[in-house]
Amino acid sequence: MSSLFDLLVAGLATGAIYALVAVGFTLLWQTSQTINFAQGEFVMLPAFLMLAAMHVGAPFWLAIILGILLSMILLGLAFKLLLVDPMMRHGVLPLAIATMALAIGIKEAVKQFFSAEASPFPSIVPTGDVSILGHAVSLQSIGVLAVAILAVLGLTTLLNRTSLGHQMQAAAQNPTVARIIGVPVERMILLTFLINAFLVALASLLITPIYLAKFSSGEVLGQAAFIAAIVGGFNQVRGAIVGGLLIGVLDNLAAAYVSTQYRAAVPMIFLIAVILFRPQGLLGRAEERTV
Amino acid sequence: MSGFARPLKIALGLAIIAALIIVPMNFNRYGLFILSQWAVMSIAAMGLNLTLGYAGQVSLAQGAFVGIGAYAAAIMTTHGWPLPAAILVAIGLSFAIGWVLGYPALRVQHHYLAFVTLAFSTLAFLVFRNESWLTGGIYGISNIPRPHIFGIATNKPLPFYYVCLGSLAIVSLAVWWLIRSPWGRAFMALRENPLRAQSLGVDTRRYTLMAFAIGSALGGAAGALYAPLTQYIDPVPFNLSLSLDLLLMVIVGGAGFYFGPFLGAMIAVLLPEWLRFTEGYYLMLYAVAVMLLLIWSPTGILGILDRYLAERRTKAASALRAVAKSRLETVQ
Repeated sequence: MSSLFDLLVAGLATGAIYALVAVGFTLLWQTSQTINFAQGEFVMLPAFLMLAAMHVGAPFWLAIILGILLSMILLGLAFKLLLVDPMMRHGVLPLAIATMALAIGIKEAVKQFFSAEASPFPSIVPTGDVSILGHAVSLQSIGVLAVAILAVLGLTTLLNRTSLGHQMQAAAQNPTVARIIGVPVERMILLTFLINAFLVALASLLITPIYLAKFSSGEVLGQAAFIAAIVGGFNQVRGAIVGGLLIGVLDNLAAAYVSTQYRAAVPMIFLIAVILFRPQGLLGRAEERTV
Repeated sequence: MSGFARPLKIALGLAIIAALIIVPMNFNRYGLFILSQWAVMSIAAMGLNLTLGYAGQVSLAQGAFVGIGAYAAAIMTTHGWPLPAAILVAIGLSFAIGWVLGYPALRVQHHYLAFVTLAFSTLAFLVFRNESWLTGGIYGISNIPRPHIFGIATNKPLPFYYVCLGSLAIVSLAVWWLIRSPWGRAFMALRENPLRAQSLGVDTRRYTLMAFAIGSALGGAAGALYAPLTQYIDPVPFNLSLSLDLLLMVIVGGAGFYFGPFLGAMIAVLLPEWLRFTEGYYLMLYAVAVMLLLIWSPTGILGILDRYLAERRTKAASALRAVAKSRLETVQ
């Protein structure tokens, strides 16, 4: 039985990964009203792109770079140009359903062209334990947490401190006005898609060494990220971060203290409670209703 | 489908019904199973079409209701109850649970609702898997009997296919009547503009709950037929992907079109059989086809047909107008 401290650290580490995935999810929603049901598969795919690069002989560092670039092209650029742009005028629901089909497509493609079996994946963080406050904490947890925090800090700095970030926020909050004051809205939207692709690739790099590369691993991840995004607040980047950490910790605590059989139910029940009592999310703003 | 002459439509309908009755007589066991499955999934998809297509409420829980119906029927019939009683219980149970699941829909819409129902789907799956005293857990329930209808045993595939087809016919008629009743019109008002519907005096609260409850009840009915069809159930077929599949069936066929679910279920159930030669690639092809279809026509296959017929009507009408105008001019 691991102590509460260990559970918290491990929970924060997985939670940080959920947060990365959820942040990208909320970015897409804010700038283009895209609900990406394939977000979990988006996390699964880059690991396989990296594995494929290693199979043809690339060293690990090159495979990482190639994987991130490829995922930005496929999951950022191609996703936006080929699926989101043509579907945008049809409204939220058809696009959401198209991304469900995309999720099936990605899953099947990986299964067919790569492998139906789980493959091991090298870790960028050294394995082993360090002692903190008398507890043995795995370096992997610390590394994952550190990389994720750096990524999120980098993103929030970009959004809040740079003029590019301000333009992105303007494009997200009010495209019409942003266009009038000269913000290249289209380019900003594309940028959020590229950022999302980068974040999922990073999440893939962090989580795959822990849970192995498997074609079906996106389902669980995608669900966790959705829950995180909704719990935190669909229209807030910091909401997604808080939501991610919360779900990660909750999930780990549930596994230890609630029955393992109903472990998956705990975040779900939490989700339902949040939606019913605070539909805008814990940190979210209420969205206006259009008549 | 209003572009054809009425007698032609009736003839076409009768021909399809006759084909559904006569042609399968020569089918083998497997063909009959696939066709029965199509009938069962059509019923479930028709329920979701009421909730989503007519009332505009997104639900990712229809697969869970098929599961609830299937377990209700499996548990009851293996304890010696007759299937019709089990179907009624399955319908009643799904109706009640669907009604309760409708409450979140009163507070939240769209993606939030999708996630509430998604969460419900996952919870239902966990209950099927973990409550082994009732559901047999991962081992499931086997030896589910097929019923005697009017003293005729339906153990063989062909008679049971007729049970499924007959049930589909009953449900189809009921839904046909429902969407033409004031209820159906209230559902559509709800879909088009909930606030306006309310201001016109539609009790949106009640109809939202009703849309969920009736849609779920049909899911339960489908499940109650699914259990004796497969004669063995375990939790796996009723996981989230069944809910997603049913949603795709409704959308691909054409949400809000009466014949949409029949078509969507046909594509989802039969297409894998036709694409068998592509082996592992079929789901990939299916996914790509769905995306292309949605880009082209977000209202599904029947949406394309509908647009085409509407265009033809406008063209015919403007041609008539042109003729009338030229006549008018010659008179003057």
